[in-house]
Parts: sequence; C-alpha cells; structure tokens
Amino acid sequence: MKEFVVPSRAAGRIHRAALAIAVFGIGVCGSGRALAQAAAPKSQVSIYAVLDEAPAKAREKTNPLSGDAEAVAAGAKLFEQHCAECHGRGAGGTMHGANLLREEVQQATPGTLFWLLTNGVVRRGMPVWSKLPEPERWQIVAFLQSLRPQPQKAGTGDPGGN
Amino acid sequence: MAARVVPERLREILPRSVVSALLVALFLCRASLLAAQESPYIVTYDHYLEEPGSLEVEYFSTFGTQRGGNDFDAFWTEFEYGATAWWTAEVYVSGQTTFNDSTIFTGTRLENRFRLLQREHFVNPVLYIEFENTNAADKILKEVEGHDVESDYAVSNAVLRKEHDHELEMKLLLSSTFKGWNVAVNPIVTKNLLPSEPWEFAYAVGASRPLALRASPNRCNFCPENFIAGVEMYGGLGDTQSPGLHDTSHYLAPVVAWNLPSDWTVRLSSGFGLNDNSHRLLLRWGLSREFSGFGKVLSRLFGGRL
Repeated sequence: MKEFVVPSRAAGRIHRAALAIAVFGIGVCGSGRALAQAAAPKSQVSIYAVLDEAPAKAREKTNPLSGDAEAVAAGAKLFEQHCAECHGRGAGGTMHGANLLREEVQQATPGTLFWLLTNGVVRRGMPVWSKLPEPERWQIVAFLQSLRPQPQKAGTGDPGGN
Repeated sequence: MAARVVPERLREILPRSVVSALLVALFLCRASLLAAQESPYIVTYDHYLEEPGSLEVEYFSTFGTQRGGNDFDAFWTEFEYGATAWWTAEVYVSGQTTFNDSTIFTGTRLENRFRLLQREHFVNPVLYIEFENTNAADKILKEVEGHDVESDYAVSNAVLRKEHDHELEMKLLLSSTFKGWNVAVNPIVTKNLLPSEPWEFAYAVGASRPLALRASPNRCNFCPENFIAGVEMYGGLGDTQSPGLHDTSHYLAPVVAWNLPSDWTVRLSSGFGLNDNSHRLLLRWGLSREFSGFGKVLSRLFGGRL
C-alpha cells in the first residue's frame, strides 16, 4: 500500500506540472500570436519573399486545370472553406494572412503557388495544405490566378489589402 | 445530514458550471466555422495538425464486445487546439458504461503534437507526447499497448476503478501523402510512471484516400470528395520485460470519414479482433466540429489587438 501511495503522489505532481505547462504554453503561444499579429503591418512586406524560396523545378510546374472554368469555381469554394479565415473572403488579406491580390502573388507562377500551398509557411503560421489532394490544390491555384491583379502602392505594407 | 450536504454542494457547484458552460458557449458562438478535411482514422495519427487558432471539439464512442464479461460502451471527448502551425495541444476526458455494471468517469489525457520539419517531405515526422491520468476501468482502447488483452477488461468497474494509472505515452507519427493516398505509421512507447512498471510497445498503421480527388464547384453533402475511406490496424508489441507478439491483441478496422460542408465530421469504424486475445468487435463512431477563430476570441479576451 505504501509503495503505491508515494509514486501516486509523485505522479500527481507530474500531472499538475504537465497541466500547468500545457496551460502556460497555450497562454504564451496565444500572447505570441497576438504580438505577432500586432506587428503584422511591418512584417507583411517580407512575407512575399517566401515565394522566392520555391525550387526551380516546382516553379516550372504548370496547372493541369488551367483554363477550366469549373476548376476556378471549385477553387473558389475550397478557398472559402479553407483559406478565407486568414486571407479574407476576397483574398485581400487580414491580420492573420497575406494579401493574395498583391502583385507578388498574382505574378507568381502556378507552380510556385502550388508549392507554397503544399508546404505552407509553418514558421509564420500558415499550415501545410498537402492534406488536400493535388487536384484540389490546383483548383485553388486556378481560383487565385483568376483574381484581378491589384496595383501595388510603393512603400506600403497593406496587410489588409485596403 | 448527508441529504442537506448534497444540495448545498450542488448550489455551490451549479453556478460555477453554468458560468463555465456559458463561457464555452460564448467562445464557440463567436468563433467562426470552418469546413473540415479530417482524416478517417480513430486510432492512427497522420502528420496534419490543427490549423492555428482553431478548436476542434470531438466526441467518440466505442462499443466493444466482451467474452467472459459484459459488453461496454466507452466514450471520450477531445478538445484539440492549434496553438501554432507546428504545435497542437489536446485534452481528453473519458468514461465508460459497462452493461449490467455501471457508468463511470475513467480519466483525462493531455496531449501535445509537434511537427518536426517545416516543409513537406515524402515522410513527415510529428512527435506526440501524452500524459494519461486514468484508472484501469478505462476502455476507450485508443491505444492497445504492451500485453493488453481482452480478459483485462472482464473485471467489474468497482474493482478496476480503484487502480490508478499515470502514464507517459510517446509516439512518432510518420505520415506520407501521395496521389491522394495517405499512409501513416505510428510506433508507440508507453511508460507507467510507477518505477516497477516496464516500458510498453505498440503500433498503429493506417491508409486512406478521398473517394474523389477533385472538388465539385457546388456545395454538396454527398459529393464523393467529402468522403474519405481507409483502413487502420493497431495492437500491442509487448514490453521491455517480455517483448514480442505473445499475449498481445490486434485489430483491423475499416474506417470512413464524412466531412460535411456544414462543418461537421462523422467518423465510423468497425474494428475486428485478429486473435483470441482481442475483443471480437469494436464498433466506433465519432462526431466532431471545428471552430476557427477560437484563438482570436481567446486573444481578444486577454487584450490582443484583433
């Protein structure tokens, strides 16, 4: 009996410690996100530099659904379901996600956008989207490229795209 | 005296419960909804984490047959939060009903999953660390470890609930997605925190694929792309004192997930025991809903600028 009680107490302490770490971790993380979001207008300018990280082979890929109107419509639906929360319903960006109407995005090759969608930008909060099958990712790319380009104003971060 | 104490305690507890429930309801109402694209696995994990700031609330139930005892229905609720794009934290609360016996609370689990690599690779590793504070009456069979066998569960709840387990469980989630197929392999190591207990080993593997790889342009409930079907297999691999497959149980389970545009996901699984040590049948179902923007609401509560 004695043998059981001592480890149980130790485990109880570990339990409380683990709970505290989890709660603390989530809190810290939430704060971190809030701070990152507050700083977003300054850092948004460089987020588009991620597009340059796409390997040459990935950039060269062409969209197999290019010119398919149905793919654009399906892409719009998928964008609404999975992307609009962060990038805004019109893809104009929010405090959480980049403005996808910007020249940098609109002029990127379909392969670059597909690569970005597949790999995400994990360190900056964008998850990987390889859980969507390849054709669905191409549908999203088709939708993104169907959006009218927005002229970029020099020297503005324009996180919200407004 | 006892009769008076209970209502007084209830009066104390109720307002707190009501406030807590209201707070949770407020959170959930203010968070927007997100169409889920959940995998069909119930035991196996792939490498996809919760989207940052999203909360997924899941309810699962497992009906199990029991030779030499009473059949049971074990259930658990999961709250899964995407803390970042590389870290998901989760809390489980579990209970079970053993027919002709009783319904009891069986414990809690705290789980963290960490994505180890920033980008997608052919095989993607995720580290899973879980702390379990359960009693021996826990029957959710979310993990079948070491020398877990069917007869362990034939004992009455009154006896089993007296034994408390504090366990640390670690998994390496290896997962690959190719041409629409996901294949996931999870080697598992578990350690009861009692020094005398050995390290236990287990595995879970799964493969799945959406019924269609291309989305239809219209919002629809029964479009084939909303269904993901697959199969998973899981079981114990012995422990450090007695490694190997003897006295272990194993299950094979066809699984299916239905991701509804209304943001709900339904999962069904029918697990068949593969040897005499296994329950003959584990029928599982799950219902989950994802709330995006939960992090925003949380952040706003603590003065975040959102």
